[in-house]
Amino acid sequence: MKQEFPKGEIKSIQGRSFVIKGDDIDTDRIIPARFLKCVSFSALGDQVFADDRKELKGNHPFDLDQNKGANILIVNDNFGCGSSREHAPQALMRWGIRLIIGESFAEIFFGNCLAIGIPCLTSSKQEIIRLQSLVNENPNQVWHLNLKELSIANHKEKLKLNLEEGAYKMLYSGKWDATSQLLDEEERIKKTMKNLPYLNNFK
Amino acid sequence: MSSGTLYDKVWNIHRVKELPGGSTQLFVGLHLIHEVTSPQAFSAIHEKNLGVKFPNLTVATVDHIVPTSNQQRPFSDPLAEEMLSTLEKNCKYHGIKFHGIGSNSQGVVHVMAPELGLTQPGMTVACGDSHTSTHGAFGAIAFGIGTSQVRDVLASQSLAMKKLKVRRIWVDGSLQKGVYAKDLILHIIRHLGVKGGVGFAYEFAGPAIEKLSMEGRMTICNMAIEGGARCGYINPDETTFNYLERKEYSPNGQEWEKAIAWWKSLASDSEAKFDDEIKLDGSSIEPTVTWGITPGQGISIKEKIPNPELLPHNEQQIARDACKYMNLEPDEPIEGTSIDVCFIGSCTNGRLSDLQEASKIVKGHRVATGIRAFVVPGSQKVAQEAKQKGIDKIFLKAGFEWREPGCSMCLAMNPDKLEGREISASSSNRNFKGRQGSANGRTLLMSPAMVAAAAINGKVTDVRKLLED
Ligand code: SF4
Repeated sequence: MKQEFPKGEIKSIQGRSFVIKGDDIDTDRIIPARFLKCVSFSALGDQVFADDRKELKGNHPFDLDQNKGANILIVNDNFGCGSSREHAPQALMRWGIRLIIGESFAEIFFGNCLAIGIPCLTSSKQEIIRLQSLVNENPNQVWHLNLKELSIANHKEKLKLNLEEGAYKMLYSGKWDATSQLLDEEERIKKTMKNLPYLNNFK
Repeated sequence: MSSGTLYDKVWNIHRVKELPGGSTQLFVGLHLIHEVTSPQAFSAIHEKNLGVKFPNLTVATVDHIVPTSNQQRPFSDPLAEEMLSTLEKNCKYHGIKFHGIGSNSQGVVHVMAPELGLTQPGMTVACGDSHTSTHGAFGAIAFGIGTSQVRDVLASQSLAMKKLKVRRIWVDGSLQKGVYAKDLILHIIRHLGVKGGVGFAYEFAGPAIEKLSMEGRMTICNMAIEGGARCGYINPDETTFNYLERKEYSPNGQEWEKAIAWWKSLASDSEAKFDDEIKLDGSSIEPTVTWGITPGQGISIKEKIPNPELLPHNEQQIARDACKYMNLEPDEPIEGTSIDVCFIGSCTNGRLSDLQEASKIVKGHRVATGIRAFVVPGSQKVAQEAKQKGIDKIFLKAGFEWREPGCSMCLAMNPDKLEGREISASSSNRNFKGRQGSANGRTLLMSPAMVAAAAINGKVTDVRKLLED
């Protein structure tokens, strides 16, 4: 079943989850450059982690039957480093991912995810490893993210998570799609421009 | 919190509004776009019935997908052709200046914008490309953005952003002969780590930085992002002003003096406060080469491939992974590693001085048998100037291929690719798995002069040995 893309307020997410293990997984691996040859994001879902998947011949987490329909991804440290391509979060989202939890995220990747309504939450190394083994023990269990509580829980365990306040507020209030907010400030934008020497003959 | 730094000063004058949630609406003074990350942003503004707010503050070029051997339109790759024609259409429709194939000013976006004088001190520069940090070499705040933010900048000339902390990286001394800006930045990333800069802007300063040319400074700032820092910058000085003088888009006449006075005032104050400071000795740095699968996995040419078991705990797994992927043995010297392909180019090292330095090594030698070696100038201007100086001839005579400008094998979105398990000596910036177009191809990053030395000997070589001859 295809899920809808994120929309409006994001207060809770639930679903099955799986693990992509490893530090410093870069966006070239999430979506290899040859798939950037497109003028629309729509086909990217099938191409997520294409090269890693090819190498593992059907045994990659994104190919395993048990993970079909899962929407929560658990990763490790510095996930999404490298190229700024928004194709990476787009590919994950179009495959079905709606939430990513890990030790840490690269900055541009984090922002790109936020801009399309995919929360990236963090926790300590130990807690992530614990979460990963809980997930691996039983891939069928359903997890619930409670954004207000900053926690993720299954039927008996609950883990605390972190999210910086700005991102939290944007997701919770549904204002993660920034364009309209920015456009509201037309007058102030013009005022800022008027004070920039390089746009005003260095006066 | 930092204060009195160039970053603070430039940030403050571009602030439009503090947004609820703790980020700032920041005005973007120069917006650069290319064919890969802009089409979806244009679609989004069309869908929302929005226009481009200030088309004269956005500048476009085409770089990632252009073929470097035959640039005849339509391109033989229909997808590449579609991307280019989509960009052309979007630019025409919205009145955006486009530096296309055959314009004499096309090139890798981070090469062509500075050489036209578009990038200037005190600006905010944004582009849907992580190596936008390059433009910080001029004392601008320059950072990469995603496609949603490209949409925001097109629609509002601003974006929502969090202020970064500022770390000053002070480099004493001066670089030795045969050691280049590339070696310095690979050295810095090795020591601070690929995510050491997350949450920071890097200010590069100190005698070794001040002695660098603008092109060397661009190499340094270009790779700030490989150390996790979304922007890197260098305070503007005489070197900056000399570079900018009489460039096509530089201020001129009476404005020039006023511009210099303003630019000077932007440099970090002597009593500026930084969130963090680090000192290095530039004189002790040796030619540096990556052996692994992240730009942080670099060693000096004199060192051996590290033994993963002896590394700090958090580096072990990725080091094991790297040894396996690269098929390199721990405790073996990196010098002498055989290579198959040599690539000189990219927004890190595809500028005139890069080609010039490499050509000095190549002159009078031949590319070793069996090695595929090619030079891809960073822009049409670089190509022209190199030709005027006869640099193309030196490379051609030595057995290199001389190509048309573009990103080429830096990320291999065009036909220039590694094949199978080939291993390259590359002057680009990323050695990620599969980066150069073959899912299991391998990349060793190094300075262009080191790539030239590798081409001649067919293996990783200490360039200083060839400089002695
Ligand atoms: S040269 Fe490489 S790093 Fe630079 S913009 Fe092109 S693809 Fe990106």
